Amino acid sequence: MPQIGSFSLLLALALAAYSFLAGAWALNRKDDRLGETARRAGIACWAAVTVASLALVMAAFGNDFSVAYILHHSNRDLPIAYKFAALWSGQEGSLLFWAWLLSSYALVLRLRYKVDPQLFAYASAIIAAVQVFFLLLVNFAAHPFGLVSGQIPPDGNGLNPLLQYPEMVIHPPMLYLGYVGVTVPFAFALGALIMKYPGEKWIHITRRWTMVAWLFLTCGIFLGAHWAYEVLGWGGYWGWDPVENASLLPWLTMTAFLHSVMMQEKRGMMKMWNMWLIFTTFLLAIFGTFLTRSGVVSSVHAFAQSGIGIWFVWFLALAFATCVFFFVRNRDTLKSEHRLESLVSRESSFLFNNLVLLVACFAVLWGTLFPVLSEWVTGSKVTVGPPFFNRVNVPIGLFLLFLTGVGPLLAWRQTSFDRVKRNFVIPTAVAVVTAIALMIGGMKPWQDSAYFYSLMALSLAALVAATLAGEFWRGGRVIARQTGTNVFSGMVTITRRNTRRYGGYLVHFGVVLIIIGFAGLPFNQDKEQEMGFGDKMQIAGYTLVCQSYTQDDKPNYSSEWAVIDVYKNGKQIDTMYPERRFYKASEQTATIVANRSRLNQDLYLVYAGKNPDTGKPIIKAHVNPLVAWIWIGVHIVLIGTIVALFPSMKPQKLTEKQKEREAAAEEAERRGAVGVGGD
Amino acid sequence: MALKFKTRNSKLLRAAQLLFITALAIAFLGADTDARFNMLGHKLMCMCGCGQVLLECNHVGCAYSDRMRNELTAAMERGDNDSLVLQSFVQKYGNTVLSAPTTTGFNRVAWIMPFAVFAAALALTVWLVRLWKSRAVAQPVGPAKLNEPELDELRKKARQETEF
Repeated sequence: MPQIGSFSLLLALALAAYSFLAGAWALNRKDDRLGETARRAGIACWAAVTVASLALVMAAFGNDFSVAYILHHSNRDLPIAYKFAALWSGQEGSLLFWAWLLSSYALVLRLRYKVDPQLFAYASAIIAAVQVFFLLLVNFAAHPFGLVSGQIPPDGNGLNPLLQYPEMVIHPPMLYLGYVGVTVPFAFALGALIMKYPGEKWIHITRRWTMVAWLFLTCGIFLGAHWAYEVLGWGGYWGWDPVENASLLPWLTMTAFLHSVMMQEKRGMMKMWNMWLIFTTFLLAIFGTFLTRSGVVSSVHAFAQSGIGIWFVWFLALAFATCVFFFVRNRDTLKSEHRLESLVSRESSFLFNNLVLLVACFAVLWGTLFPVLSEWVTGSKVTVGPPFFNRVNVPIGLFLLFLTGVGPLLAWRQTSFDRVKRNFVIPTAVAVVTAIALMIGGMKPWQDSAYFYSLMALSLAALVAATLAGEFWRGGRVIARQTGTNVFSGMVTITRRNTRRYGGYLVHFGVVLIIIGFAGLPFNQDKEQEMGFGDKMQIAGYTLVCQSYTQDDKPNYSSEWAVIDVYKNGKQIDTMYPERRFYKASEQTATIVANRSRLNQDLYLVYAGKNPDTGKPIIKAHVNPLVAWIWIGVHIVLIGTIVALFPSMKPQKLTEKQKEREAAAEEAERRGAVGVGGD
Repeated sequence: MALKFKTRNSKLLRAAQLLFITALAIAFLGADTDARFNMLGHKLMCMCGCGQVLLECNHVGCAYSDRMRNELTAAMERGDNDSLVLQSFVQKYGNTVLSAPTTTGFNRVAWIMPFAVFAAALALTVWLVRLWKSRAVAQPVGPAKLNEPELDELRKKARQETEF
């Protein structure tokens, strides 16, 4: 297997290099036949990388510990699913996986070349260049098929126990699909710039690919958050670790692009800005990979420190120089067709939205790199932890949430003051009523800045929800009037007629739910106690009673767990089983959290360990309000994105009578929804 | 009349001041030892290498976090003020024990920079919008009689811009 894998990787490198060089030559000389060979070489490259990846997986399945990577990331008793996950659990394997995903994206692109042969040929050559870089890495800097010297051990070191969790089998692929997916819009954008692409078709293609990458990255980020919450056992889901931050950076710029691209599509504005947003997103994705793998910043879940950082530095420099070169040469093709006409307009709301997203991106990047900068300037390293990120990013996030509520209420080009006043009455009233109700309910924003931010977040979430509900209601009512159905089926129809706009609103609604989940953070409670048979713990109205504790032994791990009965108001409501495992091969422990999740709060129990003196388990209990809203919100975000990816349904041909009704309804719509703003 | 209005205003002001002071008093009365321990514990990092805030380190038997929590309790019982407590930790464990940069020396840059960038970007955006707005040229009104294809073209453009 190692020989097949090594050979396939070398072959893949040669094919990618050919695809790039021949593709670029063919485009320069307008040689279609040579271009076709480049495209086919790219397809063959996918086959070669697939063989290499399969060789590594087969080596894991076959317990081939002569391969150093398998020795360090697998063992005989590891379940099959985790043996498969070993492919991306270490430095070398994950780079191979990255190369395979990139080849797969490239394969789709190369098979769909007929959409726009020339633009796709440019994009294909650019992706091939990126492929060459990653294949150089896996061939010469982080070879996954390196062999063990000396005697081959009978068993491997096993997979990191923190990674032996079902979510971990899908979290990295999702995250990588997002990271790698960014390469495709980058390739289209750079290709369009190089060829001075006439028209806006490339931006439609790029937007769709960006949404796909954004979807995967969002999914990956939140799967990671959920994994941290359910596995790490510290009661939180986001710790502002450099590796987490690295995934957030391209997500923020991609989100900015998905908003500002609408201005280019509809009004022919912000072309240069959009081009640079895509370039920046790609560079940040590579930069994030560099951060994770170079050891520049210390992180609890970065890969082992290695010398591949310098490869990334050179690649980043080269990619940046290429972007600057072609931008300077061809920037004339990126002139705006329209100018902004008013500060109070949909366009300016997008502009401010972009501004806030980029400032948030800068703040995260700044905080992540500040320890390095501080050490460089003062010679002394500092920690930039959650308090810094929360204090800087929470106000920025709240401003962004406010814009999310305001944006849909503004019309394109210009909105009159009267209309602004009229549109804002209901959402503002909802926000104010929410704030008052929360204060009456016991929230005291004057006691702590965290409570103040929480109150602001919930009030603004109410404002955004009211705005979105209003948009759906108005649209649904117009359709209901046209078709004679009820408002709710009207809402479904209008969503199908304009998937992008209403899918976008669904995404915003999901974000609102996520913010509601975040707003519960300041009210978290926790308690730690040793619990023997019959011992009780009181927390947030719950009474926890330790019914028993025991242990078990399995081939892969041994475990200890407690059986905890949960009482509320004197009545038993649940039994929970917090567990702690000891993985034999890696000799590491991992917690299996018991979580009773409800809409109002999570009761989260951790088997923290055993007191060596008494032999009794130590249980840490957390009560975390509103966390479930985050996971529900993420599902809505994903559904909204999928809706927005679907093409809009075209209205059916109308009879004369329907036409009359449609005209009347359109008139009403112009007075209502359109005046409010259309996406 | 004016005097009466002024007197009523000053009474209102007094009432507001009283309300404010009462709110502050309630807020400070609520700040007990637990809250202080919680606040200080979140300003410190656990030094075991887990990269977590001291009070969030979840390693039972972690030699560092247990010891550091005890040190924090001892410092509070000694009657040290917040600054002194944090300073004692910095002297013992180094600057990296603080979970966020201080607001002195070069560390100030960490706090100022994001907001400075935000303010600068905001100012630049407003300036740009105003500049673009001022450059917008008023278009003369076209001929009153447009034929059907021209009207269709305008309708198409309007639909593209509004998606309706």
